[in-house]
Amino acid sequence: MQASESGGNGGPSRVVVNSDSLTIKGEEKAGALVALTSGRVDGSNAKEFQNALESLLDENVNSLVLDLEDLAYISSAGLRVILLVARRIHSSQGKFGVCSLPEPIQEVFQISGFDKIIQTYGAQADAISAITK
Amino acid sequence: MEKQDPYKILVVDDEPDVEPLVLQRMRRQIRAGKYSFVFAQNGIEALEKLREDSQIDMVLSDINMPRMDGLTLLEQIPNVDPDLRAVIISAYGDMKNIRTAMNRGAFDFVTKPIDFEDLEVTIERTLSNIEEWKEALSSRDKLVALQNELEVASSIQQSILPTQFPQSTGYQVFGSMEPARSVGGDFYDVMHLENGRVGLAIADVSDKGVPAALFMMSTRTLLKGAAIGNSNPSDVLREVNDLLNAENDAAMFVTVLYAVYDPETRVLTYANGGHNPPLIVHADGSSDLLPLTGGIALGLVPELEFDQDSLTIAPGDSVVLYTDGVTEAMNAEAEEFGNERLLRVFSDGPPESSKEANTAVLNAVSDFVGETPQSDDITCLTLYLGSVGS
Repeated sequence: MQASESGGNGGPSRVVVNSDSLTIKGEEKAGALVALTSGRVDGSNAKEFQNALESLLDENVNSLVLDLEDLAYISSAGLRVILLVARRIHSSQGKFGVCSLPEPIQEVFQISGFDKIIQTYGAQADAISAITK
Repeated sequence: MEKQDPYKILVVDDEPDVEPLVLQRMRRQIRAGKYSFVFAQNGIEALEKLREDSQIDMVLSDINMPRMDGLTLLEQIPNVDPDLRAVIISAYGDMKNIRTAMNRGAFDFVTKPIDFEDLEVTIERTLSNIEEWKEALSSRDKLVALQNELEVASSIQQSILPTQFPQSTGYQVFGSMEPARSVGGDFYDVMHLENGRVGLAIADVSDKGVPAALFMMSTRTLLKGAAIGNSNPSDVLREVNDLLNAENDAAMFVTVLYAVYDPETRVLTYANGGHNPPLIVHADGSSDLLPLTGGIALGLVPELEFDQDSLTIAPGDSVVLYTDGVTEAMNAEAEEFGNERLLRVFSDGPPESSKEANTAVLNAVSDFVGETPQSDDITCLTLYLGSVGS
């Protein structure tokens, strides 16, 4: 991401993972790094999911918005990756938020109690403004 | 891949000047400890040398020789050592013999008169193929060993799951687990507690495979210990959560539903650590999900307090504990089994035993998914209360 200062929408965007089951795009928006996740995350591709998010963080960003709007399914293995990412970000004093959870994903967060330990936001814009504060 | 000893090459040729020629032209490689050579005059002698000396790595053989020719030798080599590689020396342009040799398993060929530079390239290629082959064989052996260990792990895991269930007056318990991979992350347990009460636990560890299995084993032990020491399910979950958090850099977690049933009062008290809400099936066939108790999966946050809830179960009711392998089972259209289908499993009538309840849920899931491969462990543990007088 070369620490680009692209204000406003439409910053550089690129695909970090694009497989049959999972697509992750990194995008700069209003000074925040947003990871757009679509498809499904389960035990078979959780490692891929983790590598993709970590590769985004490796580029000297320590805050991240994870947008799950187009995510159809997440298993506990995927939740674990979100937890690892949250821990990594918090250990470097960064900010992390998850936004736009579709109903089934919302339910998984609620049942597992993840909604109590991971900051979630309704709209992407709310998440961006919270982590860029 | 550097080999300590020189590679040993058996040269088979009936012409007496081949031996001094090879030794002369390959003297640098021999002196450098790269190759060593042994010689035979024909196929019979070659087989004898191969049987005597298991250190020989490759064979370089002429075709036309008395007693046993090179093509016959090629057929015999695998009987001595199937991992040996043979290179054939043929007359230039003798495509018929070259093809026969290749069909009989020769790795490569060189033509006469021998170009020693080309021969060295051929030898190197052959030896590196042998190395790769050996490496592949050893990884295969390791894989087989690993596979065996996984099978042992899987049977250990299955063996810790209770198979004898309480069939006491008034209530029955039945449980089963179908792992998605050979080593799963789900488990259930049934514990006999003081005063005739019974502890029921079902759990799902994040992820599958060996790490999940290890985490599962320690969770099960901690849970058993905590269940014996505490009568409140909420205290059990708090204790297990604290112990799991003490050493958990891998960020593994486990969702647990722990319930205590008291047959005296028919009261079921349960605490939910991030697990799917239990299903209650009433005697009239209607079903509900028990409310969540607001807990978080265990292993995530230390020093957490858990809430518990309780309900009185009526005779003829069943409480089905299950893992998300049930509700998230997916069919070919990528639809999930879901809560709605789960709530409809018993719409034609309630089960008449704990085993029947369990089986009905598993059958409904398997009918729904059809041929779609199972991606998660599917586990159910059912408490069934016989109706009055049964």
